[in-house]
Amino acid sequence: MFDLTATDYQAVALSVRVALTATLLSLPGGFLAGALLSFGRFRGRALLEGLLNLPLVLPPVVVGYLLLLLLGSNGLLGGLLAKTGLRIVFTWWAAVAASLVVGFPLLVRAVRIGLEEIDPRLLQAARTLGASRRDTLISIVLPLSGRALLAGAGLMFARSLGEFGATIVLAGNIPGLTQTIPLAIFDYINTPGGEGRAMTLCLLSVALSLAALLGNEALLGKWAKRSRS
Amino acid sequence: MSLSLALQKRFENFRLDVDFRIEGKRVGIFGRSGSGKSTLVHLLAGLLEPDGGAIRFGDRILYDYGRRLCLPPDQRRVGVVFQHSHLFPHLSVEGNLLYGFRRIPKIRRRIDPADLCRVLDIAHLLPRSVHHLSGGERQRVALGRTVLADPQLLLMDEPLTGLDEKLKYQIIPYLNQVLTEYDIPLLYVSHSMNEMRLLVEEVLVLDGGRLVDRTTPDNLARQRMKDCPMGYLNFLRLEDPQPRDQLWSYRWGSQRLMLNQEPAAGDNLFTLTARDILLFRRHPESISARNLLRCTVREVFDLGPRVGVELDCGGRQLITQMMPPAVTELDISPGNDLYAAIRADAFRRLY
Repeated sequence: MFDLTATDYQAVALSVRVALTATLLSLPGGFLAGALLSFGRFRGRALLEGLLNLPLVLPPVVVGYLLLLLLGSNGLLGGLLAKTGLRIVFTWWAAVAASLVVGFPLLVRAVRIGLEEIDPRLLQAARTLGASRRDTLISIVLPLSGRALLAGAGLMFARSLGEFGATIVLAGNIPGLTQTIPLAIFDYINTPGGEGRAMTLCLLSVALSLAALLGNEALLGKWAKRSRS
Repeated sequence: MSLSLALQKRFENFRLDVDFRIEGKRVGIFGRSGSGKSTLVHLLAGLLEPDGGAIRFGDRILYDYGRRLCLPPDQRRVGVVFQHSHLFPHLSVEGNLLYGFRRIPKIRRRIDPADLCRVLDIAHLLPRSVHHLSGGERQRVALGRTVLADPQLLLMDEPLTGLDEKLKYQIIPYLNQVLTEYDIPLLYVSHSMNEMRLLVEEVLVLDGGRLVDRTTPDNLARQRMKDCPMGYLNFLRLEDPQPRDQLWSYRWGSQRLMLNQEPAAGDNLFTLTARDILLFRRHPESISARNLLRCTVREVFDLGPRVGVELDCGGRQLITQMMPPAVTELDISPGNDLYAAIRADAFRRLY
């Protein structure tokens, strides 16, 4: 049934690679942002929270377009990168950047929920034992947020697998280079007689996402058992 | 220690406003729940910022509103043992114990962890997960963890509340030994009169966020004995147990007492309620109670409907209570000699 062409294989491999890279790259920032929002008491906290959550509600095409303006060769960041010979737009890194921005709020949300379960009195105990704020974050909060990070990473990975709108604007739809599974499906649908292949990739996409979510759940369950014993 | 503090902190429906200076080595903060004891601990440790005032410990200023100075908790060197030990769940017992120790510069480390583990009898627990400790063990580990961080002042916030009666008092000898061995000043917060009497020299009484009294633990116990159904509890530290006539004979000062309680390893501390002591004007020729002590009345004090009597039994103090007619009948007044009868089974072991 899974009769895949070489470009289909490339699309699947690229999807996994992009999702994995985006997830791993966003973990440190996701943890810090989650910790800042959970424990931080500072001005502009609500604004920061709003900005972080914005990609969740904006149309992905808008996110893609804004990223294009930022990372394009005439953009603020893109211009700087161009001077060092780096180009992001229309490379697979653009797909990573799109997934990163769109998936980040989901990661932060999951991390935050996890962090808020940590007893604040443990942090107080650490402070009275001579640990500074930063030390407490690294020695107490980080080890206790493994489960939260795993849950967030799972969500982010699954979301990245399905990222379409921002990716097509920022990375284009170049088979073998920036074409992920959703983009390949989009291509097949627009090609007369491509319905069969589109369906094959759809099923593969469902299987992959489901496997990611179930695998994540299983890991979370194992983690919970370990921290209880 | 020399701790002076003047602090104000306002909450929605509570206001703490205290101003005092402490000089003793072991001081208790006594009060009902909601009197502001825990707030005071949090303010002292730097976990809560006061609305105004100042805290000075020795020659160090921990907080001064006027100078806009507020040392963070990690720079105060004020160790806290909380009611619920708050051990770190991701670390082993050893990891917990060494948490603060590892954060002291090597040159300043003065307490040997192995030594402390021996004093607290927790060496065998080191590799264990903190999820596998009993309540008493948890509190001993929490105490060890705090002491190893080498605080200049040890705050204990109801550390024994929540432990069952038997365990509770088993920790006190450990605590006493640690405080003596490492010479750490203690500020002990509790609503338990017994803990105060066993641990501190001076008691500050808080009520409604204000300091209402400062006194000795024994005076506090006498003041409150009329409200307590058991009356006053006499604490007797007994020594040299020897079996005799199916009972145990212990030395108490210059005399011996007969108890039906077997000795324990280490200290033998017993309680005796004031109402378990019967007084006789003259020697009763024969009596079922196994203890008959010759004693002198030192003081008679008013207890509302009853009268409290302080006795001198061979240099040791006993406090008993009686109804006013009995005082007249037995002619109880300071300087008079009496006999006190105590049953062998009236003693309760504390630890």
